[in-house]
Amino acid sequence: MNLSRSESAEQAATPGKHLLPNGPAAAAILSAGAGCTFIGLIALAADASKPIAKLLTLYLPTGPLSGVSSVAILLWLGMWLILAKRWKGKTVALGKVNATAFLLLALGILLTFPPFADFLQGK
Amino acid sequence: MEITLRALVTMIHGMLFGAFFLMATFGLVVELTRSSFGEQPLRLTPRGYSLERFYLFTIVALGWAAVLTGAYIVYPWYRAVPPAGATDLALYPKYVLMSSATTAGWHTLGMEWKEHIAWIAPVAMSMVAYIFTTHRRLMREQPKVRQAVLVFALVAFGAAGVAGLFGAMLNKYAPINGGSTIRLTGKNQ
Repeated sequence: MNLSRSESAEQAATPGKHLLPNGPAAAAILSAGAGCTFIGLIALAADASKPIAKLLTLYLPTGPLSGVSSVAILLWLGMWLILAKRWKGKTVALGKVNATAFLLLALGILLTFPPFADFLQGK
Repeated sequence: MEITLRALVTMIHGMLFGAFFLMATFGLVVELTRSSFGEQPLRLTPRGYSLERFYLFTIVALGWAAVLTGAYIVYPWYRAVPPAGATDLALYPKYVLMSSATTAGWHTLGMEWKEHIAWIAPVAMSMVAYIFTTHRRLMREQPKVRQAVLVFALVAFGAAGVAGLFGAMLNKYAPINGGSTIRLTGKNQ
């Protein structure tokens, strides 16, 4: 999905008005949505697989939750950093970014809901 | 009047960090909704902007403090495994809940949802605070930015609400206790 479009095209749509590039904000929005999905996906993986759960046990008293949250946060921040660099000074199609971010956010919430995670695992 | 160390830390986690995060997030949602109906964009004095930044920074700090204390201090007490043959499970809340079919759901649904959904709140609120503080003009110019900020703030509020509700209920059915006793008032017996 190509979310970028030229800033001049955006300005042409609203003549006489200089719009600020929305790339950095869009990067924050999209990566936050993805971050929520990462939490749900990694939690599901840890719940479904004992070896993954063991691998994610970074701090024994907390158990796999320590790895689930740490890995998800690192992925979220990494994605934010990469997108912010790529979209610096650019204007992107914010409607698509929002729609994708909301979808990822909803998916993340759904994946954290135990009955849904159990359903996906056939429990 | 006394309280155990674990109960005190659990209270700080839930009632200080968690509850204040919830209240502050609700305040932000109200303000975001209210300001979207304004005829003129609200402009603050430099002092007003710095107070607003402080408010946002505090919300984010409270959110991260709540999940970090929860995951790394309170949760290990909750999920501690009792020694073989233990009959008194008072210090093992997870096992208290799992020992009865009528309370097991508080763990299998409540704690298992809470321990993951709670992390969504500070992630979402960090993004909200970042855009609020660094892209304020963009929020005024492009309503879609404001829309995203409002949705994520609402989700942060909802996620913290779920975590808070289950946290309160879990602590009701299987309170976290133990550690040294702190005397608040009165004399030793």
